[in-house]
Amino acid sequence: MRMFEPDTIQLFQYNAALWNAHKIHFDYPYATEEEGYPGLVVPGPLMGDWLTQCVLEWLGEDGSLTSISYTNRKYSCLGEALRSEGKVLSVDAKTREVEIKVNILNAADEIVIPGQALARFNKE
Amino acid sequence: MSALLTPELLAHIGREAPPKTELVTRRDIRKYSIATDQRLRKYLDGDEAPPMFHLSLFWDVVERDQLTPDGVWIDTLVPKLPLERAMAGGLKIDYHRAIHPGDVLVATRVLAAMYEKEGAQGPLIFYEIDTEVKTEGGDPVLTEKTTRIMR
Repeated sequence: MRMFEPDTIQLFQYNAALWNAHKIHFDYPYATEEEGYPGLVVPGPLMGDWLTQCVLEWLGEDGSLTSISYTNRKYSCLGEALRSEGKVLSVDAKTREVEIKVNILNAADEIVIPGQALARFNKE
Repeated sequence: MSALLTPELLAHIGREAPPKTELVTRRDIRKYSIATDQRLRKYLDGDEAPPMFHLSLFWDVVERDQLTPDGVWIDTLVPKLPLERAMAGGLKIDYHRAIHPGDVLVATRVLAAMYEKEGAQGPLIFYEIDTEVKTEGGDPVLTEKTTRIMR
Protein backbone atom coordinates (compact mmCIF):
# COMPACT_ATOMS: atom_id res chain seq x y z
CA MET A 1 0.00 0.00 0.00
CA ARG A 2 1.20 3.52 -0.79
CA MET A 3 -0.43 6.84 0.01
CA PHE A 4 -0.73 9.67 -2.52
CA GLU A 5 -1.75 13.21 -1.68
CA PRO A 6 -1.35 15.22 -4.87
CA ASP A 7 -1.17 19.00 -4.60
CA THR A 8 -1.33 21.90 -7.06
CA ILE A 9 2.42 21.68 -7.72
CA GLN A 10 2.15 18.06 -8.75
CA LEU A 11 -0.87 18.76 -10.96
CA PHE A 12 1.03 21.60 -12.61
CA GLN A 13 4.13 19.46 -13.18
CA TYR A 14 2.15 16.48 -14.48
CA ASN A 15 0.01 18.49 -16.89
CA ALA A 16 3.04 20.47 -18.02
CA ALA A 17 4.98 17.24 -18.68
CA LEU A 18 2.09 16.06 -20.85
CA TRP A 19 1.30 19.51 -22.29
CA ASN A 20 -2.28 18.95 -21.09
CA ALA A 21 -4.25 22.20 -20.81
CA HIS A 22 -7.56 20.69 -19.68
CA LYS A 23 -8.89 23.36 -17.31
CA ILE A 24 -10.51 20.95 -14.86
CA HIS A 25 -6.96 20.24 -13.58
CA PHE A 26 -5.82 23.81 -12.82
CA ASP A 27 -8.67 26.34 -13.09
CA TYR A 28 -10.61 26.06 -9.82
CA PRO A 29 -13.51 28.39 -10.73
CA TYR A 30 -13.90 26.60 -14.07
CA ALA A 31 -13.76 23.11 -12.52
CA THR A 32 -16.27 23.95 -9.76
CA GLU A 33 -18.60 26.49 -11.30
CA GLU A 34 -18.64 25.45 -14.96
CA GLU A 35 -18.20 21.70 -14.70
CA GLY A 36 -19.65 21.14 -11.23
CA TYR A 37 -16.70 19.28 -9.71
CA PRO A 38 -16.07 19.84 -5.99
CA GLY A 39 -12.45 20.83 -6.71
CA LEU A 40 -9.56 20.44 -9.14
CA VAL A 41 -9.67 17.03 -10.76
CA VAL A 42 -6.75 14.62 -10.37
CA PRO A 43 -5.84 13.42 -13.90
CA GLY A 44 -6.95 9.85 -14.56
CA PRO A 45 -3.65 8.81 -16.23
CA LEU A 46 -1.69 10.10 -13.21
CA MET A 47 -3.59 7.64 -11.02
CA GLY A 48 -3.10 5.04 -13.73
CA ASP A 49 0.64 5.63 -13.46
CA TRP A 50 0.45 4.98 -9.71
CA LEU A 51 -1.04 1.57 -10.50
CA THR A 52 2.04 0.72 -12.58
CA GLN A 53 4.30 1.88 -9.73
CA CYS A 54 2.48 -0.42 -7.33
CA VAL A 55 3.56 -3.36 -9.52
CA LEU A 56 7.04 -2.06 -10.43
CA GLU A 57 8.11 -1.40 -6.85
CA TRP A 58 6.95 -4.89 -5.85
CA LEU A 59 8.81 -6.49 -8.79
CA GLY A 60 12.05 -4.56 -8.33
CA GLU A 61 14.70 -5.88 -10.72
CA ASP A 62 13.21 -9.41 -10.62
CA GLY A 63 10.79 -8.93 -13.49
CA SER A 64 8.99 -6.55 -15.80
CA LEU A 65 5.52 -5.22 -16.37
CA THR A 66 4.02 -6.71 -19.53
CA SER A 67 0.51 -5.26 -19.42
CA ILE A 68 -1.66 -2.81 -17.48
CA SER A 69 -5.33 -2.01 -17.86
CA TYR A 70 -7.60 0.18 -15.78
CA THR A 71 -10.90 2.03 -15.78
CA ASN A 72 -11.60 5.50 -14.39
CA ARG A 73 -14.57 4.51 -12.26
CA LYS A 74 -14.80 7.67 -10.17
CA TYR A 75 -13.09 11.02 -10.29
CA SER A 76 -10.92 12.31 -7.49
CA CYS A 77 -10.35 15.92 -6.50
CA LEU A 78 -7.35 17.59 -4.94
CA GLY A 79 -7.32 17.27 -1.17
CA GLU A 80 -8.44 13.64 -1.17
CA ALA A 81 -6.00 11.15 0.28
CA LEU A 82 -5.57 8.29 -2.19
CA ARG A 83 -3.80 4.99 -1.87
CA SER A 84 -2.69 2.21 -4.18
CA GLU A 85 -2.87 -1.44 -3.32
CA GLY A 86 -2.26 -4.67 -5.15
CA LYS A 87 -3.00 -8.36 -4.79
CA VAL A 88 -1.60 -11.30 -6.72
CA LEU A 89 -4.44 -13.14 -8.46
CA SER A 90 -2.55 -15.96 -10.14
CA VAL A 91 0.94 -17.22 -10.89
CA ASP A 92 1.88 -19.30 -13.91
CA ALA A 93 5.13 -21.08 -13.06
CA LYS A 94 5.61 -22.23 -16.65
CA THR A 95 5.48 -18.78 -18.26
CA ARG A 96 6.66 -16.99 -15.05
CA GLU A 97 3.67 -14.67 -15.49
CA VAL A 98 1.84 -13.12 -12.57
CA GLU A 99 -1.61 -11.59 -12.73
CA ILE A 100 -2.12 -8.77 -10.24
CA LYS A 101 -5.23 -6.85 -9.20
CA VAL A 102 -4.36 -3.20 -8.57
CA ASN A 103 -6.59 -0.41 -7.30
CA ILE A 104 -6.52 3.25 -6.38
CA LEU A 105 -8.84 3.88 -3.43
CA ASN A 106 -10.01 7.05 -1.73
CA ALA A 107 -10.32 7.79 2.00
CA ALA A 108 -13.87 6.40 1.99
CA ASP A 109 -12.42 3.06 0.80
CA GLU A 110 -14.13 3.46 -2.56
CA ILE A 111 -12.28 2.14 -5.59
CA VAL A 112 -11.51 5.13 -7.80
CA ILE A 113 -9.48 3.25 -10.41
CA PRO A 114 -9.71 -0.53 -10.65
CA GLY A 115 -6.99 -2.13 -12.69
CA GLN A 116 -5.25 -5.33 -13.63
CA ALA A 117 -1.59 -5.94 -14.43
CA LEU A 118 0.47 -8.74 -15.91
CA ALA A 119 4.13 -9.09 -15.01
CA ARG A 120 6.80 -11.60 -15.93
CA PHE A 121 9.60 -12.70 -13.66
CA ASN A 122 13.09 -12.99 -15.13
CA LYS A 123 13.90 -16.38 -13.54
CA GLU A 124 12.07 -19.20 -11.77
CA MET B 1 -29.73 1.94 -31.31
CA SER B 2 -27.66 5.10 -31.52
CA ALA B 3 -29.49 8.36 -30.86
CA LEU B 4 -26.43 10.61 -30.90
CA LEU B 5 -24.05 8.71 -33.15
CA THR B 6 -25.33 9.10 -36.69
CA PRO B 7 -24.17 6.86 -39.55
CA GLU B 8 -22.02 9.80 -40.74
CA LEU B 9 -20.22 9.93 -37.39
CA LEU B 10 -19.88 6.16 -37.18
CA ALA B 11 -18.30 6.15 -40.66
CA HIS B 12 -15.17 7.68 -39.08
CA ILE B 13 -14.40 4.42 -37.28
CA GLY B 14 -11.24 2.95 -38.77
CA ARG B 15 -9.66 6.32 -39.63
CA GLU B 16 -5.92 6.57 -39.06
CA ALA B 17 -3.89 9.62 -38.06
CA PRO B 18 -0.55 10.30 -39.77
CA PRO B 19 2.31 8.67 -37.83
CA LYS B 20 4.12 10.86 -35.31
CA THR B 21 7.84 10.56 -34.66
CA GLU B 22 9.40 11.80 -31.41
CA LEU B 23 12.84 11.73 -29.81
CA VAL B 24 13.07 10.51 -26.20
CA THR B 25 15.27 12.71 -24.02
CA ARG B 26 16.58 12.11 -20.50
CA ARG B 27 15.23 15.51 -19.46
CA ASP B 28 11.69 14.62 -20.53
CA ILE B 29 11.89 11.26 -18.74
CA ARG B 30 13.08 13.00 -15.57
CA LYS B 31 10.29 15.58 -15.73
CA TYR B 32 7.67 12.88 -16.17
CA SER B 33 9.16 10.73 -13.41
CA ILE B 34 9.23 13.55 -10.89
CA ALA B 35 5.71 14.67 -11.79
CA THR B 36 4.35 11.16 -11.23
CA ASP B 37 6.11 10.48 -7.88
CA GLN B 38 8.33 7.69 -9.20
CA ARG B 39 10.68 6.25 -6.56
CA LEU B 40 12.87 3.93 -8.63
CA ARG B 41 16.24 5.52 -9.37
CA LYS B 42 16.38 4.41 -13.02
CA TYR B 43 13.28 6.51 -13.72
CA LEU B 44 14.21 9.55 -11.60
CA ASP B 45 17.66 9.64 -13.22
CA GLY B 46 16.14 9.27 -16.68
CA ASP B 47 18.02 6.07 -17.54
CA GLU B 48 14.74 4.38 -18.48
CA ALA B 49 11.22 5.70 -19.05
CA PRO B 50 8.37 4.70 -16.71
CA PRO B 51 5.71 2.56 -18.41
CA MET B 52 3.29 5.41 -19.04
CA PHE B 53 5.88 7.97 -20.18
CA HIS B 54 4.74 7.63 -23.80
CA LEU B 55 1.56 9.54 -22.92
CA SER B 56 3.68 12.65 -22.43
CA LEU B 57 5.85 11.89 -25.47
CA PHE B 58 2.91 11.65 -27.85
CA TRP B 59 0.41 14.08 -26.28
CA ASP B 60 -0.43 16.31 -29.23
CA VAL B 61 1.36 19.66 -29.27
CA VAL B 62 -1.11 21.94 -30.98
CA GLU B 63 -1.45 25.68 -31.32
CA ARG B 64 -3.84 27.33 -28.91
CA ASP B 65 -6.58 27.99 -31.43
CA GLN B 66 -6.84 24.23 -31.81
CA LEU B 67 -7.93 23.76 -28.18
CA THR B 68 -11.57 23.57 -27.10
CA PRO B 69 -12.77 26.24 -24.61
CA ASP B 70 -12.05 23.80 -21.76
CA GLY B 71 -8.43 23.42 -22.92
CA VAL B 72 -8.63 20.01 -24.56
CA TRP B 73 -6.87 19.59 -27.90
CA ILE B 74 -9.18 18.81 -30.74
CA ASP B 75 -8.35 15.30 -31.87
CA THR B 76 -8.70 15.44 -35.62
CA LEU B 77 -9.04 11.67 -35.67
CA VAL B 78 -12.40 12.00 -33.91
CA PRO B 79 -15.28 13.79 -35.65
CA LYS B 80 -17.07 16.66 -33.91
CA LEU B 81 -19.38 14.92 -31.46
CA PRO B 82 -22.72 16.13 -30.08
CA LEU B 83 -21.33 15.90 -26.51
CA GLU B 84 -18.27 18.05 -25.80
CA ARG B 85 -17.09 17.61 -22.21
CA ALA B 86 -14.28 15.10 -22.05
CA MET B 87 -13.52 12.62 -19.28
CA ALA B 88 -10.82 9.96 -19.05
CA GLY B 89 -12.27 6.48 -19.54
CA GLY B 90 -9.59 3.87 -19.25
CA LEU B 91 -6.47 2.43 -20.75
CA LYS B 92 -4.94 -0.90 -21.68
CA ILE B 93 -1.27 -1.08 -22.56
CA ASP B 94 0.79 -4.10 -23.62
CA TYR B 95 4.55 -3.65 -23.34
CA HIS B 96 7.16 -5.18 -25.62
CA ARG B 97 10.31 -3.22 -24.89
CA ALA B 98 11.56 -0.53 -22.47
CA ILE B 99 12.06 3.08 -23.62
CA HIS B 100 15.43 4.80 -23.12
CA PRO B 101 16.91 8.24 -23.80
CA GLY B 102 17.93 8.59 -27.44
CA ASP B 103 15.16 6.33 -28.74
CA VAL B 104 13.30 7.66 -31.75
CA LEU B 105 9.76 6.32 -31.57
CA VAL B 106 6.92 6.33 -34.07
CA ALA B 107 3.27 6.28 -32.98
CA THR B 108 0.31 5.47 -35.20
CA ARG B 109 -3.26 6.01 -34.03
CA VAL B 110 -6.54 4.54 -35.24
CA LEU B 111 -10.10 5.41 -34.21
CA ALA B 112 -11.09 1.87 -33.30
CA ALA B 113 -14.63 2.27 -31.92
CA MET B 114 -17.40 4.73 -31.01
CA TYR B 115 -20.52 3.88 -29.04
CA GLU B 116 -22.94 5.45 -26.60
CA LYS B 117 -24.30 4.49 -23.22
CA GLU B 118 -26.86 5.97 -20.89
CA GLY B 119 -25.11 7.36 -17.79
CA ALA B 120 -26.70 8.28 -14.46
CA GLN B 121 -26.81 11.93 -15.54
CA GLY B 122 -27.58 11.52 -19.22
CA PRO B 123 -26.13 10.05 -22.39
CA LEU B 124 -22.43 9.40 -22.79
CA ILE B 125 -20.36 8.81 -25.92
CA PHE B 126 -17.37 6.51 -25.65
CA TYR B 127 -14.61 6.32 -28.22
CA GLU B 128 -11.55 4.13 -28.39
CA ILE B 129 -8.19 5.01 -29.91
CA ASP B 130 -5.67 2.26 -30.64
CA THR B 131 -2.06 3.44 -30.60
CA GLU B 132 0.91 1.43 -31.72
CA VAL B 133 4.39 2.63 -30.78
CA LYS B 134 7.41 1.23 -32.61
CA THR B 135 11.06 2.10 -32.91
CA GLU B 136 12.24 3.82 -36.08
CA GLY B 137 13.44 0.40 -37.18
CA GLY B 138 9.95 -1.06 -36.74
CA ASP B 139 10.48 -3.02 -33.51
CA PRO B 140 7.30 -3.06 -31.40
CA VAL B 141 7.52 -1.01 -28.19
CA LEU B 142 3.94 -1.01 -26.95
CA THR B 143 0.31 -1.07 -27.99
CA GLU B 144 -2.33 0.96 -26.22
CA LYS B 145 -6.11 1.19 -26.26
CA THR B 146 -7.46 4.43 -24.76
CA THR B 147 -11.12 4.95 -24.01
CA ARG B 148 -12.42 8.49 -23.66
CA ILE B 149 -15.87 9.53 -22.57
CA MET B 150 -17.78 12.60 -23.71
CA ARG B 151 -20.64 13.88 -21.57
